[in-house]
Amino acid sequence: MLPCFPLTFQTNCNRYMGYKTHSLQDMRQQAAIAAKVFLQRDYTNGTVCQFQTKFPSELETRIDKQQFEETVRTLNNLYAEAEKLGSQSYIEGCLACLTAYTIFLCMETHYEKVLKKIAKYIQEQNDKIYAPRGLLLTDPIERGLRVVSCALVFAVARIFRLLRSVTYK
Amino acid sequence: MSAVMITRKVRKWEKLPGKNTFCCDGRVMMARQKGVFYLTLFLIIGTCSLFFAFECPYLAVHLSPAIPVFAVLLFLFVMAMLLRTSFSDPGVLPRALPEEATFIEMEIEAANGNVPAGQRPPPRIRNVQINNQIVKLKYCYTCKIFRPPRASHCSICDNCVDRFDHHCPWVGNCVGKRNYRYFYLFTLSLSLLTIYIFTFDIVHVVMRKYQTHRCIVWPASPETGFTVLEVLVCFFTLWSVVGLTGFHTYLISLNQTTNEDIKGSWSGKNRVQNPYSHKNIIKNCCEVLCGPTYPSVLDRRGLMQDISPVSATSATLSSSSSVNPVPQTTKTTAPLIPNEHTPDDAKPNIAASVQASPSPKEEHPSASKLPPLASPETDVETSIAKDKTH
Repeated sequence: MLPCFPLTFQTNCNRYMGYKTHSLQDMRQQAAIAAKVFLQRDYTNGTVCQFQTKFPSELETRIDKQQFEETVRTLNNLYAEAEKLGSQSYIEGCLACLTAYTIFLCMETHYEKVLKKIAKYIQEQNDKIYAPRGLLLTDPIERGLRVVSCALVFAVARIFRLLRSVTYK
Repeated sequence: MSAVMITRKVRKWEKLPGKNTFCCDGRVMMARQKGVFYLTLFLIIGTCSLFFAFECPYLAVHLSPAIPVFAVLLFLFVMAMLLRTSFSDPGVLPRALPEEATFIEMEIEAANGNVPAGQRPPPRIRNVQINNQIVKLKYCYTCKIFRPPRASHCSICDNCVDRFDHHCPWVGNCVGKRNYRYFYLFTLSLSLLTIYIFTFDIVHVVMRKYQTHRCIVWPASPETGFTVLEVLVCFFTLWSVVGLTGFHTYLISLNQTTNEDIKGSWSGKNRVQNPYSHKNIIKNCCEVLCGPTYPSVLDRRGLMQDISPVSATSATLSSSSSVNPVPQTTKTTAPLIPNEHTPDDAKPNIAASVQASPSPKEEHPSASKLPPLASPETDVETSIAKDKTH
């Protein structure tokens, strides 16, 4: 259960400096401030890699709940497919054992193939759905399959433009 | 004295925390203490060499050529499994990056509420329900994460390892989720090899003496001295390795780890049953031995930027003597806070107005800049908790 707490800019902040010059208030660069939300793992079915589908409240203003849950559900299904204990994994395991696991030097494991699929899916989702809304999903493999992190990107230039329009009225 | 920043690309394994040693540019990962591992190698290779040199020629001629052939195959399998266990990532969980660690700390703070001054905050435990059993997830103060179920922190390697079994000095590595099946196959094949060599040593001695003297006489020749040595090594190895294989077969059939067995997590004193077991021996064995091969989540060979300061005066001195070629290519506009959003080009430094103090690099999980939520009481608790869990 994620407790609701107000997003503050001091905590969970990452900043990067851009090169664009801005004539507004002597700002020579445009900063994008990212706050991050972390989706934790769901262990109700054991140690299989599944993520919680609970919709974080910080994303309420950014994205549709259904859309987000659909993304997480698809991710969960892909991970379940990777870790499935079926005839394919048994055959792969036995064959690898007979060759003293040297077969993995030339062959990709089923899990690695699915991980590539997952990476492609996340990139696709970012390009089509999340980036236009100012969100960025990070592939959980980069965080040790512990969390799915979703970065909320704020463009400061936009905020300053809004402030300027309010001041000059 | 002004400091000049040098950025260079390094492999991530060079900056990983923990007490592992890496070889072959990050492809090989082992614990620091490798002495016992070298002993294991010496014993196996030494004994097998003696067997191939002294017993096999005789047995191949007088009994069957299949004997040394099978011995060679078995020996190669044992070595492959040993090296695979020793050199692979056991399932190390990467430490939390600063923002994730801060997020978790804030969640804990929110969950604990207001702790009265002077009182110790409650221990950091998260309860999850797995297959209708309540399992407690402990917080790791070193890695700054709530450990997934079945994970444990190895104090020798200073890493949290997923499905931690034990740290084996004989293989010079931890045994965890990713290399457990190789470890089991190593012990199993080593048992078979030991029994095989032991049996054929005895057969060899008996055959030789019966052929020459038509009765069993105690050997007096030097070749048989080596045979005696092999028999001794095999005899002592047999008891330990076969016992270990039997123990791990028992654990696999119940889908338990050595760590859980030692701690008595599912021993039934609290009527808590193992939630990970399929309640079927065959299914448990299939899952552990023939399950999917998990990939390493620790990126060892990825590239990252390493920013190291070099003092300007030393740089100018050395540039004049042209011993140190680095200062000529120094970038003076290295980003102060690089993270995954930082483009590769160098960015102008804003320093004072933006950031009061330099924050830790995103790729380097030093996590030394976390908000000081731990009070002196929790530091004591941390050390006690660490001792208990390690």
